[in-house]
Amino acid sequence: MSTHAHSDHHADHGHGHGGHGHDDHGHPAGAHGTFGSYMIGFVLSVILTVIPFWLVMNGTLDNTTTTAVILALAVVQIIVHMVYFLHMNGRVEGGWSMLAMIFTVIVVVIMFAGSLWVMYHLNANMMPGHDMSKMP
Amino acid sequence: MTTTVEAMHGGHAGHDTPRGATPPVFHVTDDHAHEGASTALGFWIYLMSDCLIFAVLFATYGVLGTSYAAGPTPKELFDLKLVALNTSMLLFSSITYGFAMLAMEKGRTAQTQGWLAITLLFGLAFLGIELFEFAHMIHEGAGPWRSAFLSSFFTLVGTHGLHVTFGSVWLVTLMVQVARRGLIPANRRRLMCLSMFWHFLDVIWIGVFTFVYLMGALR
Repeated sequence: MSTHAHSDHHADHGHGHGGHGHDDHGHPAGAHGTFGSYMIGFVLSVILTVIPFWLVMNGTLDNTTTTAVILALAVVQIIVHMVYFLHMNGRVEGGWSMLAMIFTVIVVVIMFAGSLWVMYHLNANMMPGHDMSKMP
Repeated sequence: MTTTVEAMHGGHAGHDTPRGATPPVFHVTDDHAHEGASTALGFWIYLMSDCLIFAVLFATYGVLGTSYAAGPTPKELFDLKLVALNTSMLLFSSITYGFAMLAMEKGRTAQTQGWLAITLLFGLAFLGIELFEFAHMIHEGAGPWRSAFLSSFFTLVGTHGLHVTFGSVWLVTLMVQVARRGLIPANRRRLMCLSMFWHFLDVIWIGVFTFVYLMGALR
Protein backbone atom coordinates (compact mmCIF):
# COMPACT_ATOMS: atom_id res chain seq x y z
CA MET A 1 0.00 0.00 0.00
CA SER A 2 2.72 2.34 1.00
CA THR A 3 4.70 1.51 -2.09
CA HIS A 4 1.63 1.89 -4.19
CA ALA A 5 0.85 5.31 -2.80
CA HIS A 6 4.43 6.22 -3.32
CA SER A 7 4.63 5.28 -6.95
CA ASP A 8 1.30 6.92 -7.52
CA HIS A 9 2.67 10.10 -6.08
CA HIS A 10 5.69 9.92 -8.31
CA ALA A 11 3.64 9.25 -11.38
CA ASP A 12 1.48 12.19 -10.50
CA HIS A 13 4.50 14.32 -9.92
CA GLY A 14 6.01 13.33 -13.21
CA HIS A 15 2.83 14.20 -15.00
CA GLY A 16 2.52 17.57 -13.35
CA HIS A 17 6.14 18.15 -14.12
CA GLY A 18 5.66 17.47 -17.79
CA GLY A 19 2.65 19.71 -17.99
CA HIS A 20 4.41 22.47 -16.18
CA GLY A 21 7.51 22.14 -18.23
CA HIS A 22 5.54 22.58 -21.39
CA ASP A 23 3.77 25.59 -20.01
CA ASP A 24 6.92 27.20 -18.79
CA HIS A 25 9.02 26.81 -21.88
CA GLY A 26 6.95 28.41 -24.53
CA HIS A 27 4.51 30.46 -22.54
CA PRO A 28 5.83 31.57 -19.23
CA ALA A 29 3.59 33.76 -17.17
CA GLY A 30 0.56 34.83 -19.11
CA ALA A 31 1.88 33.75 -22.49
CA HIS A 32 3.41 36.17 -24.93
CA GLY A 33 1.17 38.25 -27.06
CA THR A 34 0.36 37.77 -30.67
CA PHE A 35 1.42 39.93 -33.59
CA GLY A 36 -1.96 41.62 -33.39
CA SER A 37 -1.73 42.45 -29.69
CA TYR A 38 1.79 43.84 -30.09
CA MET A 39 0.64 46.02 -32.98
CA ILE A 40 -2.38 47.29 -31.03
CA GLY A 41 -0.07 48.17 -28.16
CA PHE A 42 2.38 49.87 -30.49
CA VAL A 43 -0.23 51.95 -32.32
CA LEU A 44 -1.86 53.02 -29.05
CA SER A 45 1.56 53.94 -27.65
CA VAL A 46 2.40 56.04 -30.70
CA ILE A 47 -0.90 57.90 -30.42
CA LEU A 48 -0.47 58.38 -26.68
CA THR A 49 3.07 59.70 -27.22
CA VAL A 50 2.34 61.99 -30.15
CA ILE A 51 -0.60 63.78 -28.47
CA PRO A 52 1.31 65.03 -25.39
CA PHE A 53 4.34 66.10 -27.47
CA TRP A 54 2.08 67.89 -29.92
CA LEU A 55 0.17 69.62 -27.10
CA VAL A 56 3.32 70.87 -25.42
CA MET A 57 5.20 71.87 -28.58
CA ASN A 58 2.26 73.79 -30.02
CA GLY A 59 0.99 75.21 -26.75
CA THR A 60 -2.62 74.87 -27.83
CA LEU A 61 -4.03 74.69 -24.31
CA ASP A 62 -3.10 76.62 -21.19
CA ASN A 63 -0.39 75.13 -19.00
CA THR A 64 -2.61 73.72 -16.26
CA THR A 65 -4.87 71.88 -18.67
CA THR A 66 -1.92 70.61 -20.69
CA THR A 67 -0.23 69.29 -17.53
CA ALA A 68 -3.38 67.46 -16.49
CA VAL A 69 -3.88 66.00 -19.98
CA ILE A 70 -0.28 64.79 -20.44
CA LEU A 71 -0.22 63.22 -16.97
CA ALA A 72 -3.48 61.41 -17.69
CA LEU A 73 -2.16 60.22 -21.09
CA ALA A 74 1.05 59.00 -19.43
CA VAL A 75 -0.95 56.89 -16.99
CA VAL A 76 -3.00 55.46 -19.87
CA GLN A 77 0.16 54.70 -21.84
CA ILE A 78 1.75 52.96 -18.86
CA ILE A 79 -1.34 50.75 -18.60
CA VAL A 80 -1.19 50.06 -22.35
CA HIS A 81 2.45 48.98 -22.03
CA MET A 82 1.66 46.81 -19.03
CA VAL A 83 -1.16 45.03 -20.83
CA TYR A 84 0.16 44.72 -24.39
CA PHE A 85 3.93 44.52 -23.90
CA LEU A 86 4.36 43.10 -20.41
CA HIS A 87 1.23 40.92 -20.71
CA MET A 88 0.11 41.82 -17.24
CA ASN A 89 -3.22 40.51 -16.00
CA GLY A 90 -4.67 39.03 -12.85
CA ARG A 91 -3.90 35.46 -13.89
CA VAL A 92 -0.13 35.71 -14.42
CA GLU A 93 1.70 33.52 -11.86
CA GLY A 94 -1.59 32.86 -10.12
CA GLY A 95 -2.12 36.53 -9.45
CA TRP A 96 1.16 37.09 -7.59
CA SER A 97 2.60 39.36 -10.28
CA MET A 98 -0.46 41.56 -10.10
CA LEU A 99 -0.30 41.58 -6.30
CA ALA A 100 3.38 42.58 -6.34
CA MET A 101 2.57 45.34 -8.80
CA ILE A 102 -0.37 46.68 -6.81
CA PHE A 103 1.81 46.72 -3.69
CA THR A 104 4.52 48.60 -5.58
CA VAL A 105 2.04 51.10 -6.98
CA ILE A 106 0.66 51.79 -3.49
CA VAL A 107 4.15 52.29 -2.03
CA VAL A 108 5.17 54.50 -4.96
CA VAL A 109 2.06 56.66 -4.75
CA ILE A 110 2.39 57.14 -0.99
CA MET A 111 6.08 57.96 -1.24
CA PHE A 112 5.84 60.13 -4.33
CA ALA A 113 2.74 62.10 -3.39
CA GLY A 114 3.90 62.31 0.23
CA SER A 115 7.34 63.66 -0.70
CA LEU A 116 5.96 66.30 -3.03
CA TRP A 117 3.26 67.31 -0.58
CA VAL A 118 5.54 67.61 2.44
CA MET A 119 8.38 69.29 0.58
CA TYR A 120 6.06 71.75 -1.12
CA HIS A 121 4.72 72.93 2.23
CA LEU A 122 8.21 72.96 3.68
CA ASN A 123 9.40 75.17 0.84
CA ALA A 124 6.39 77.46 1.18
CA ASN A 125 6.92 77.86 4.91
CA MET A 126 10.67 78.32 4.71
CA MET A 127 10.46 81.07 2.10
CA PRO A 128 12.30 84.16 3.23
CA GLY A 129 9.59 86.50 4.44
CA HIS A 130 9.53 90.21 5.14
CA ASP A 131 11.39 89.84 8.39
CA MET A 132 14.23 88.10 6.67
CA SER A 133 14.62 90.88 4.14
CA LYS A 134 15.32 93.37 6.93
CA MET A 135 18.22 91.35 8.14
CA PRO A 136 21.67 92.50 7.19
CA MET B 1 0.49 0.36 5.32
CA THR B 2 0.73 1.01 9.02
CA THR B 3 3.52 3.45 8.41
CA THR B 4 1.57 5.43 5.90
CA VAL B 5 -1.51 5.66 8.04
CA GLU B 6 0.46 6.65 11.11
CA ALA B 7 2.36 9.26 9.21
CA MET B 8 -0.82 10.62 7.75
CA HIS B 9 -2.27 11.09 11.18
CA GLY B 10 0.84 12.98 12.06
CA GLY B 11 3.02 13.06 15.13
CA HIS B 12 3.18 9.32 15.56
CA ALA B 13 5.46 8.57 12.67
CA GLY B 14 8.38 6.57 13.89
CA HIS B 15 6.60 5.53 17.07
CA ASP B 16 5.20 2.35 15.61
CA THR B 17 7.49 2.06 12.65
CA PRO B 18 8.86 -1.45 12.51
CA ARG B 19 12.59 -1.68 12.43
CA GLY B 20 14.00 -1.91 8.95
CA ALA B 21 10.89 -0.51 7.31
CA THR B 22 11.43 2.41 5.00
CA PRO B 23 10.22 5.59 6.63
CA PRO B 24 7.54 7.42 4.67
CA VAL B 25 8.75 10.09 2.31
CA PHE B 26 6.71 13.15 1.57
CA HIS B 27 7.32 15.47 -1.30
CA VAL B 28 6.24 19.04 -1.47
CA THR B 29 4.74 19.50 -4.90
CA ASP B 30 7.07 22.35 -5.78
CA ASP B 31 10.09 20.51 -4.46
CA HIS B 32 11.27 19.29 -7.80
CA ALA B 33 9.56 21.87 -9.93
CA HIS B 34 11.14 22.50 -13.25
CA GLU B 35 14.20 24.69 -13.02
CA GLY B 36 13.25 28.29 -13.70
CA ALA B 37 9.55 27.71 -13.22
CA SER B 38 9.33 30.69 -10.88
CA THR B 39 11.93 32.85 -12.62
CA ALA B 40 9.28 35.06 -14.20
CA LEU B 41 7.76 35.94 -10.84
CA GLY B 42 11.15 36.46 -9.23
CA PHE B 43 12.26 38.70 -12.05
CA TRP B 44 9.01 40.61 -11.88
CA ILE B 45 9.61 41.26 -8.17
CA TYR B 46 13.11 42.49 -9.04
CA LEU B 47 11.55 44.88 -11.57
CA MET B 48 9.14 46.14 -8.94
CA SER B 49 12.07 46.88 -6.62
CA ASP B 50 13.76 48.66 -9.51
CA CYS B 51 10.55 50.60 -9.88
CA LEU B 52 10.98 51.80 -6.29
CA ILE B 53 14.48 53.06 -7.11
CA PHE B 54 13.06 55.09 -9.96
CA ALA B 55 10.19 56.30 -7.77
CA VAL B 56 12.73 57.69 -5.30
CA LEU B 57 14.60 59.43 -8.11
CA PHE B 58 11.36 60.82 -9.56
CA ALA B 59 10.36 62.12 -6.12
CA THR B 60 13.81 63.70 -5.71
CA TYR B 61 13.46 65.37 -9.08
CA GLY B 62 9.94 66.47 -8.18
CA VAL B 63 11.22 68.15 -5.04
CA LEU B 64 14.43 69.66 -6.46
CA GLY B 65 13.31 70.18 -10.04
CA THR B 66 12.53 73.87 -9.54
CA SER B 67 15.73 74.78 -7.67
CA TYR B 68 17.69 76.33 -10.52
CA ALA B 69 20.22 78.24 -8.38
CA ALA B 70 19.97 81.08 -10.91
CA GLY B 71 21.12 78.61 -13.53
CA PRO B 72 19.45 77.44 -16.73
CA THR B 73 15.82 76.35 -16.61
CA PRO B 74 14.36 73.27 -18.31
CA LYS B 75 12.72 75.46 -20.92
CA GLU B 76 16.11 76.79 -22.02
CA LEU B 77 17.82 73.40 -21.91
CA PHE B 78 15.43 70.81 -23.28
CA ASP B 79 15.13 70.25 -27.00
CA LEU B 80 11.75 68.56 -27.31
CA LYS B 81 12.37 67.45 -30.91
CA LEU B 82 15.39 65.51 -29.74
CA VAL B 83 13.38 64.01 -26.88
CA ALA B 84 10.60 63.03 -29.29
CA LEU B 85 13.18 61.29 -31.49
CA ASN B 86 14.63 59.55 -28.46
CA THR B 87 11.19 58.44 -27.33
CA SER B 88 10.45 56.96 -30.74
CA MET B 89 13.75 55.05 -30.68
CA LEU B 90 12.80 53.39 -27.41
CA LEU B 91 9.26 52.72 -28.57
CA PHE B 92 10.51 51.11 -31.79
CA SER B 93 12.95 48.99 -29.81
CA SER B 94 10.06 47.81 -27.65
CA ILE B 95 7.99 46.61 -30.60
CA THR B 96 10.98 44.98 -32.32
CA TYR B 97 11.76 43.11 -29.11
CA GLY B 98 8.14 41.98 -29.15
CA PHE B 99 8.68 40.64 -32.68
CA ALA B 100 11.81 38.85 -31.48
CA MET B 101 9.73 37.14 -28.80
CA LEU B 102 7.11 36.12 -31.39
CA ALA B 103 9.84 34.66 -33.60
CA MET B 104 11.30 32.88 -30.59
CA GLU B 105 7.96 31.26 -29.83
CA LYS B 106 7.85 29.90 -33.36
CA GLY B 107 11.37 28.56 -32.88
CA ARG B 108 12.85 30.64 -35.69
CA THR B 109 16.39 31.26 -34.54
CA ALA B 110 17.59 33.45 -37.40
CA GLN B 111 14.51 35.64 -37.28
CA THR B 112 14.84 36.02 -33.52
CA GLN B 113 18.46 37.06 -33.89
CA GLY B 114 17.52 39.55 -36.59
CA TRP B 115 14.89 41.26 -34.47
CA LEU B 116 17.22 41.26 -31.47
CA ALA B 117 19.89 42.95 -33.59
CA ILE B 118 17.40 45.62 -34.71
CA THR B 119 16.33 46.11 -31.10
CA LEU B 120 19.97 46.57 -30.15
CA LEU B 121 20.43 49.19 -32.88
CA PHE B 122 17.43 51.17 -31.61
CA GLY B 123 18.72 50.85 -28.05
CA LEU B 124 22.14 52.11 -29.08
CA ALA B 125 20.55 54.95 -31.06
CA PHE B 126 18.65 55.93 -27.93
CA LEU B 127 21.84 55.91 -25.88
CA GLY B 128 23.70 57.86 -28.55
CA ILE B 129 21.07 60.60 -28.65
CA GLU B 130 20.97 60.76 -24.86
CA LEU B 131 24.75 61.02 -24.60
CA PHE B 132 24.70 63.73 -27.29
CA GLU B 133 22.11 65.62 -25.25
CA PHE B 134 24.11 65.25 -22.04
CA ALA B 135 27.34 66.31 -23.73
CA HIS B 136 25.60 69.32 -25.22
CA MET B 137 24.23 70.37 -21.83
CA ILE B 138 27.55 69.90 -20.07
CA HIS B 139 29.27 71.85 -22.83
CA GLU B 140 26.91 74.73 -22.15
CA GLY B 141 27.88 74.63 -18.50
CA ALA B 142 24.67 72.93 -17.44
CA GLY B 143 26.28 69.88 -15.87
CA PRO B 144 25.02 68.07 -12.79
CA TRP B 145 27.05 70.40 -10.55
CA ARG B 146 25.24 73.54 -11.73
CA SER B 147 22.05 73.32 -9.67
CA ALA B 148 19.89 70.94 -7.64
CA PHE B 149 17.57 70.72 -10.65
CA LEU B 150 20.39 69.53 -12.88
CA SER B 151 21.79 67.15 -10.24
CA SER B 152 18.45 65.42 -9.88
CA PHE B 153 17.88 65.52 -13.65
CA PHE B 154 21.17 63.82 -14.46
CA THR B 155 20.67 61.26 -11.68
CA LEU B 156 17.19 60.29 -12.85
CA VAL B 157 17.78 60.28 -16.61
CA GLY B 158 21.30 58.91 -16.18
CA THR B 159 20.05 55.98 -14.10
CA HIS B 160 17.56 55.16 -16.82
CA GLY B 161 20.34 55.43 -19.41
CA LEU B 162 22.52 53.09 -17.36
CA HIS B 163 19.68 50.59 -17.29
CA VAL B 164 19.41 50.77 -21.07
CA THR B 165 23.18 50.35 -21.30
CA PHE B 166 23.16 47.22 -19.17
CA GLY B 167 20.11 45.99 -21.04
CA SER B 168 22.08 46.35 -24.29
CA VAL B 169 25.04 44.45 -22.82
CA TRP B 170 22.62 41.74 -21.73
CA LEU B 171 21.09 41.73 -25.21
CA VAL B 172 24.47 41.17 -26.85
CA THR B 173 25.23 38.41 -24.35
CA LEU B 174 21.98 36.66 -25.18
CA MET B 175 22.57 36.99 -28.91
CA VAL B 176 25.90 35.23 -28.44
CA GLN B 177 24.19 32.59 -26.28
CA VAL B 178 21.49 32.00 -28.89
CA ALA B 179 24.08 31.89 -31.67
CA ARG B 180 26.10 29.26 -29.85
CA ARG B 181 23.40 27.11 -28.29
CA GLY B 182 20.21 27.94 -30.13
CA LEU B 183 16.79 28.56 -28.63
CA ILE B 184 17.18 26.09 -25.78
CA PRO B 185 14.79 26.41 -22.82
CA ALA B 186 17.39 28.25 -20.73
CA ASN B 187 17.91 30.82 -23.48
CA ARG B 188 14.17 31.24 -23.94
CA ARG B 189 13.84 31.93 -20.24
CA ARG B 190 16.64 34.50 -20.40
CA LEU B 191 15.10 36.19 -23.44
CA MET B 192 11.80 36.33 -21.60
CA CYS B 193 13.44 38.05 -18.62
CA LEU B 194 15.19 40.58 -20.84
CA SER B 195 11.88 41.18 -22.60
CA MET B 196 10.32 42.16 -19.28
CA PHE B 197 13.34 44.32 -18.44
CA TRP B 198 13.31 46.07 -21.81
CA HIS B 199 9.59 46.84 -21.80
CA PHE B 200 9.87 47.96 -18.19
CA LEU B 201 12.51 50.52 -19.20
CA ASP B 202 10.12 51.84 -21.81
CA VAL B 203 7.47 52.21 -19.12
CA ILE B 204 9.91 54.21 -16.97
CA TRP B 205 10.72 56.37 -19.99
CA ILE B 206 7.03 57.33 -20.29
CA GLY B 207 7.39 58.82 -16.81
CA VAL B 208 10.63 60.54 -17.76
CA PHE B 209 9.45 62.23 -20.93
CA THR B 210 6.16 63.28 -19.35
CA PHE B 211 7.29 64.35 -15.91
CA VAL B 212 10.75 65.68 -16.72
CA TYR B 213 10.81 66.89 -20.31
CA LEU B 214 7.24 67.86 -21.20
CA MET B 215 6.33 69.29 -17.80
CA GLY B 216 9.75 70.94 -17.64
CA ALA B 217 9.11 72.65 -20.94
CA LEU B 218 5.77 73.89 -19.62
CA ARG B 219 7.24 75.64 -16.62
